[in-house]
Amino acid sequence: MNKFLISNIARFVILVLLQVLILSNINFLGYINPYLYVFFILLLPLNLSQYKVIFFSFLIGLTIDTFEDSGGIHAAASVLIAYLRPSFLRFSFGISYEHQTVKFHQTPFAQRFSYISLLVFIHHLVLFSLEIFDVNFIVLLLKKTLFSSLFTILLILIVTGLFQQNKK
Amino acid sequence: MQQIINFLIRYKNTILFLFLFLLSIFFTIQTHSYHKSKFISSANFFTGGIYSWVNNLDMYFNLKEYNERLVDENKMLRENLAALKEVELDSVFTDTISYEEPYQFITAKVIANRYSKLDNFLLVNKGKLDSVATDYGVITSRGIVGIVDETSKNYARVISILNTNSAINVKLKRSDHFGTLTWNGKDPNIVQVEEIPRLAPVKKGDTIHTDGRSLIFPKGIPVGVVENFDLQSSQNYYEIDVRLFNDMTNIGYVYLIKNNNQEEIKNLDSNE
Repeated sequence: MNKFLISNIARFVILVLLQVLILSNINFLGYINPYLYVFFILLLPLNLSQYKVIFFSFLIGLTIDTFEDSGGIHAAASVLIAYLRPSFLRFSFGISYEHQTVKFHQTPFAQRFSYISLLVFIHHLVLFSLEIFDVNFIVLLLKKTLFSSLFTILLILIVTGLFQQNKK
Repeated sequence: MQQIINFLIRYKNTILFLFLFLLSIFFTIQTHSYHKSKFISSANFFTGGIYSWVNNLDMYFNLKEYNERLVDENKMLRENLAALKEVELDSVFTDTISYEEPYQFITAKVIANRYSKLDNFLLVNKGKLDSVATDYGVITSRGIVGIVDETSKNYARVISILNTNSAINVKLKRSDHFGTLTWNGKDPNIVQVEEIPRLAPVKKGDTIHTDGRSLIFPKGIPVGVVENFDLQSSQNYYEIDVRLFNDMTNIGYVYLIKNNNQEEIKNLDSNE
């Protein structure tokens, strides 16, 4: 349990710093930024009780909001995907999730990909809807959601790939 | 009673989720209204400290450009000074001890700059301890940057002109027609000026600068040049695109402006 705690706290700090100091300043083509901190929520232990998952997600979202002066948009999007996480785990990993035997790094690529991309896409959609908050900018909203989601998903897959090789 | 407790235990996740979600939505709505986003702000010792620490490192990469800007500014100020000497200086005598200067300037460094969202803020490294307060204007030697929105002990948050909530009084340099500076969220180098009446003679390349009536900025702070303008036959006002003099993606050092007469003028206005 202690090891879990330390590795999760370390992941929290590293992902927040990486996000606010580097990733939020990429502005590829003017507006495309990856939001890698979502990875923290995806990787929270699967047997962690649901209310803790929701609370930690709120915490990381609010931390990012404080750094970026964005009100509560990251917190809202993070809390929402934390709440939906069990349904998507069940959808993506099926019966093995029910028995709590899933190890994130050992799951088949297709299952992991669907889990990551669904949650990231929902997170970004909520995030940008709240950020823009204006029907006149609906095209910008969709463009931002689509391209930033692709960027984030790609980055998450690269990171999981790197860590998998270390484990072997 | 038992049933209520059972209900709460059974739905504790949903209740927690709804509570935190609504709290976040509340924070979000606050930021969408001007001057109300007091709860969540990067102007605190923790985030400000981290930003200024990192900024100390990457400042070195821009030093060359900031030096060039300083030399340019010095050149301009020297030219103004030389022009002043031509006029007889002693023809108007101001007793600077008994009369306060109308504007005071405080230098600061931008430690966090954002320009890719619709509502952008900057963070600068001067705060209440340096007597910075809300509603101070923020400029560079090239043009305007924004208005101070919130301060903590050592840091201040600035509403950038690249924020859809910002509205600043500006005018044409050639004539006295004034309008409002806004931003449509598209290009960080182009801002919009609204409400300039159709009588005004607008041409491409005209300079836009601040109007002295806003209590925040002194008259004549440069903003940009007219890049493009449009006048529909059914409309009474121009739609003008203005290319900023400032590079909003790389700001560096700024001046915060205090207007010493602000209180007095506000009191006069409220007496009406």
